[in-house]
Amino acid sequence: TSLCFRTVEPLEYYRRFLKENCRPDGRELGEFRTTTYYFSSGSITTADGSALVKLGNTTVICGVKAELAAPAADSANKGYIVPNVELPSLCSERFRSGPPGEEAQAASQFIADVIENSQMIVKEDLCIANGKLAWVLYCDIICLDYDGNLLDASVFALLAALKNVQLPLVTVNEETGLSEVNLKQKTPLIIRKDPVATSFAVFDDTLLIVDPTAEEEELATGTVTIVTDEEGRLCSVHKPGGSPLTGAKLQDCITRAITRHKEVKKLIDKVIKSITPK
Amino acid sequence: SPSPGDTSVLAGLYGPAEAKISKELPDRAAMEVLLRPKVGLPGVVERSREQLLRQTCEAVVLGVLHPRTAITLVLQVLSDAGSLLSCCLNAACMALLDAGLPLTAVFCGVTCALDPDGTILLDPSTQQEQEARAILTFAIGSGERKVLMATTKGSCSVEEMQQCLAAAQRASNTIFQFYRDSVHRRYSKS
Repeated sequence: TSLCFRTVEPLEYYRRFLKENCRPDGRELGEFRTTTYYFSSGSITTADGSALVKLGNTTVICGVKAELAAPAADSANKGYIVPNVELPSLCSERFRSGPPGEEAQAASQFIADVIENSQMIVKEDLCIANGKLAWVLYCDIICLDYDGNLLDASVFALLAALKNVQLPLVTVNEETGLSEVNLKQKTPLIIRKDPVATSFAVFDDTLLIVDPTAEEEELATGTVTIVTDEEGRLCSVHKPGGSPLTGAKLQDCITRAITRHKEVKKLIDKVIKSITPK
Repeated sequence: SPSPGDTSVLAGLYGPAEAKISKELPDRAAMEVLLRPKVGLPGVVERSREQLLRQTCEAVVLGVLHPRTAITLVLQVLSDAGSLLSCCLNAACMALLDAGLPLTAVFCGVTCALDPDGTILLDPSTQQEQEARAILTFAIGSGERKVLMATTKGSCSVEEMQQCLAAAQRASNTIFQFYRDSVHRRYSKS
């Protein structure tokens, strides 16, 4: 009968749990789902860097490909980073195949903003020869299984994949003007900041729960995503409409986000250490 | 069409009208926002802003009073001299008021720019936006000046964000007064 109740009155079902300060999957309101990630050259062999992140059931894979291009005329010493979030129809029944829907486009814009705001990759670092050659990093983030909290998983996957990227040494031959790529000499990408996203769902205008599943997102009356970097600075406060929140509630979200950042940072450092060849 | 300085956005609201069966929701009105830039075709930036505007409007419009209908809001950018998003928010709210849709609250958009030495500038111009190290846009509700929508560009510390929020909440009083005056003028003529 609890299954019947859940189907017929999902909001009431949820409210019963929220009253006891927990959720149907057994988590507390401030608890994240198990985060695992696989970050190795084994993820996508054709990409220059890749990572697979699982946040509970939500699975997101990010592949980074580095290509060469001429820098833009007005910023001759800057390279490009082009993120793209794809929500194919295989990840959830809510997405149809065809041109990217609003959610995918908004997510792509969010990732582009996070990269820009946090300055995790400085575009000047991607320049090889001023005015002639620069790197373009195509970051493709694909959701393989959608169970809520897409933004957190995407930002994490992007960060992990970028940490994995090895760029070959490129020199511009003075005489011919052609570029020469040395695949044997590779250097890792310089990542200056580690932004981590924490998403919250707002229930009934008052209750905040962390890391919502797809079901919780449907029932929620609003969402908030906070992106922080390791210095505790805010890279992004993304609250796209939804129930109004007071400044104090927003502050609670930020505090939780800063704690989450520390948890994620520890996880990343642990995995990097285990992979780095001695 | 409100215009802080030279930024100008024209808003047109259509609805509640009959919705296409694929788009209709059984218990509430389906909102759609279309943002057309001044030049060029709408791109990813416009889509992301449309999502912000749509969810902000959905939070205030009493959609449950008009189930299975569609409310379409079309915004055309006429000129952009800074603070575009907050201008769109204000235009959207005035369109909702003008159309007489049932609302739980009204909202207004305020943009704050943090310049390199930490001063908070409200409704920055394009020049000020480019020099700023962070730009925060808030949609403040009329209820208790709560935050309906927030979006940031650039990075700032937590204290700075709270200061900007407080400044935006104070500034919202002026904008709400403007709404009241506009509505008063509109309905007192007849």
